[in-house]
Amino acid sequence: MLYKDKRPLIFFLVPALIVLGTFLYYPFVKNIINSFYEINGLAALDGGKFAGLQNYKNMINDPFIRLALKNNLLMMGFSVVFQVGIALILALMVDSISRGAQFFRTVYFFPVVISATAIGLMFNLFYAYNGGLFNQILTRLGFDPVLWLSDKLGIYMVSLPVIWQYVGFYFVIILTGLNGIPEEIFEYAVLDGVTGIKKIWYISLPLIWDVIKVCMTLAITGALKVFDLPWVLAPNGAPKGLTHFLGTYMYFKTFISQSAGYGAAISVFIVILGLIVSFTVNKLFKRDTIVY
Amino acid sequence: MDNTAISFEKQVRRTKITGIAAKICIYIVLILWSLTTVYTLFWVVNNSFKDKTVILTDSFSLALQPVLDNYINAFGRLNIGRAYLNSFIISGTTIIFVMVLAGLAAYAMTRYKFRLRNTLYLLFAGSLLFPAFSTIVPIFKMVYDMNLVSHPLGVIIPQTAGNLSFAIIVLMGFMSNLPLELEEAAFMEGCNVFNIFFKIILPISRPAFATVAIFTFIWSYNDLFLQMVILRRRETYPICTLLNEITSQFGTDFGLMAAAVTIVILPVLLVYLFLQKNIVKGLTAGAVKG
Repeated sequence: MLYKDKRPLIFFLVPALIVLGTFLYYPFVKNIINSFYEINGLAALDGGKFAGLQNYKNMINDPFIRLALKNNLLMMGFSVVFQVGIALILALMVDSISRGAQFFRTVYFFPVVISATAIGLMFNLFYAYNGGLFNQILTRLGFDPVLWLSDKLGIYMVSLPVIWQYVGFYFVIILTGLNGIPEEIFEYAVLDGVTGIKKIWYISLPLIWDVIKVCMTLAITGALKVFDLPWVLAPNGAPKGLTHFLGTYMYFKTFISQSAGYGAAISVFIVILGLIVSFTVNKLFKRDTIVY
Repeated sequence: MDNTAISFEKQVRRTKITGIAAKICIYIVLILWSLTTVYTLFWVVNNSFKDKTVILTDSFSLALQPVLDNYINAFGRLNIGRAYLNSFIISGTTIIFVMVLAGLAAYAMTRYKFRLRNTLYLLFAGSLLFPAFSTIVPIFKMVYDMNLVSHPLGVIIPQTAGNLSFAIIVLMGFMSNLPLELEEAAFMEGCNVFNIFFKIILPISRPAFATVAIFTFIWSYNDLFLQMVILRRRETYPICTLLNEITSQFGTDFGLMAAAVTIVILPVLLVYLFLQKNIVKGLTAGAVKG
């Protein structure tokens, strides 16, 4: 009876809906529309010329799109193998120790809350040719300094901090999953003679498979959204646009070379790619969920 | 997540890592990985207290005679104090907007049954998948038309919209677990819906609001993309935007860079150490938001 009268709904819901509608849903739809227009310069946002699928056709022939896409795919691979992989190993290890678990959790998670900008600046200090941390270590050990952000190494060096930053994030998710496995299961396992690595392989991993799947989906879709760190470390895809990702290239096209319509098409492409990829991951890693 | 404390005790029995050698190996690996955070941060902070020429040749020694020049430079030449203030204004206001709007909406979504309820929920959840790239240009256009370019509100409103869906979903999760009895009793006593919301629901939901406030702070404070697009005048730059500019301008001044990084990380570190539990919980619960 208390909630029978629906009139207060207006007071409760309308403010949030106005903000979301105006600054989230409307721009999202408008952006899709923009992607079918040729818009040169942000000042001309109203007066674009209808271009049909031209922006999308141009994307197919743009070598930088291919490069950026390749970099994003590379980043996805790294994210799954290293981010989730390292996180899983660390989580299994922390789950098996009795002292210091809380300390490791605090330390591993901390990079997640630091801004990508600060981490980018920090890695700039590490990568600097003259007197950067990495080259100082190399010179101390008697090696020649290395040009870290070179044509060849650049993309790996830009990926490294992105990967490093989020290991702690997946670590915490996986550790929480491991902690949720009921004690009895392990006790029965020990009675059955299952111990050590076998215990991990036959019990822990199958039971947290869902959690790992979530992590992989997040890592892969996250890899599509990278922007801040590459932008700070290697502005405009330096060197020579080789470290562009779809996100940074979209920013570059829209706000620097002023092709807003083309930029819109790139961002629609990012959304579609994200949907396809998360759908595929979920299909690919589908396995019966074990309920316990 | 709630049972982690108990689980950590459980591990003692669970593990049975036999062999001291295996145990030592595990600790070595764990400590090595923690050094990637602890040592790198230490390296930066330590060097921020050295002269910029010293860092280039000798960055490993302890800064036993700390030099404050870099910090004086950061606050003087770069005016980082002003950027702090801008960040505080933007993030603070965004947090308030998000909490108010999300609180009201979440209450309606959990307590009222109405026809569009499920559709709305899908809209909220779906919007978590929108990357910032896919809304930025129309947002810029609107902000421009409203004359809010280089104005804090030009960042605050879109940031509020960007964090709102997630906040609503977190608050809904909390509120739907609150027992109805209290509200019914209050209704019998003659309270109306608004009294109930402000006097009962809000105070009880404080922990959930804390989580929302923390992650909104972290996302808002750390955001670079939107701020870079909207804020065009240097006096209006918050910390992250200013830092991004420093890189291109003073990138070779290692001392200044190290001091700048320290200054940006400090507030986040303090918030993190005090509110660690809520943060880890909030951010992993909101795993979908990017």
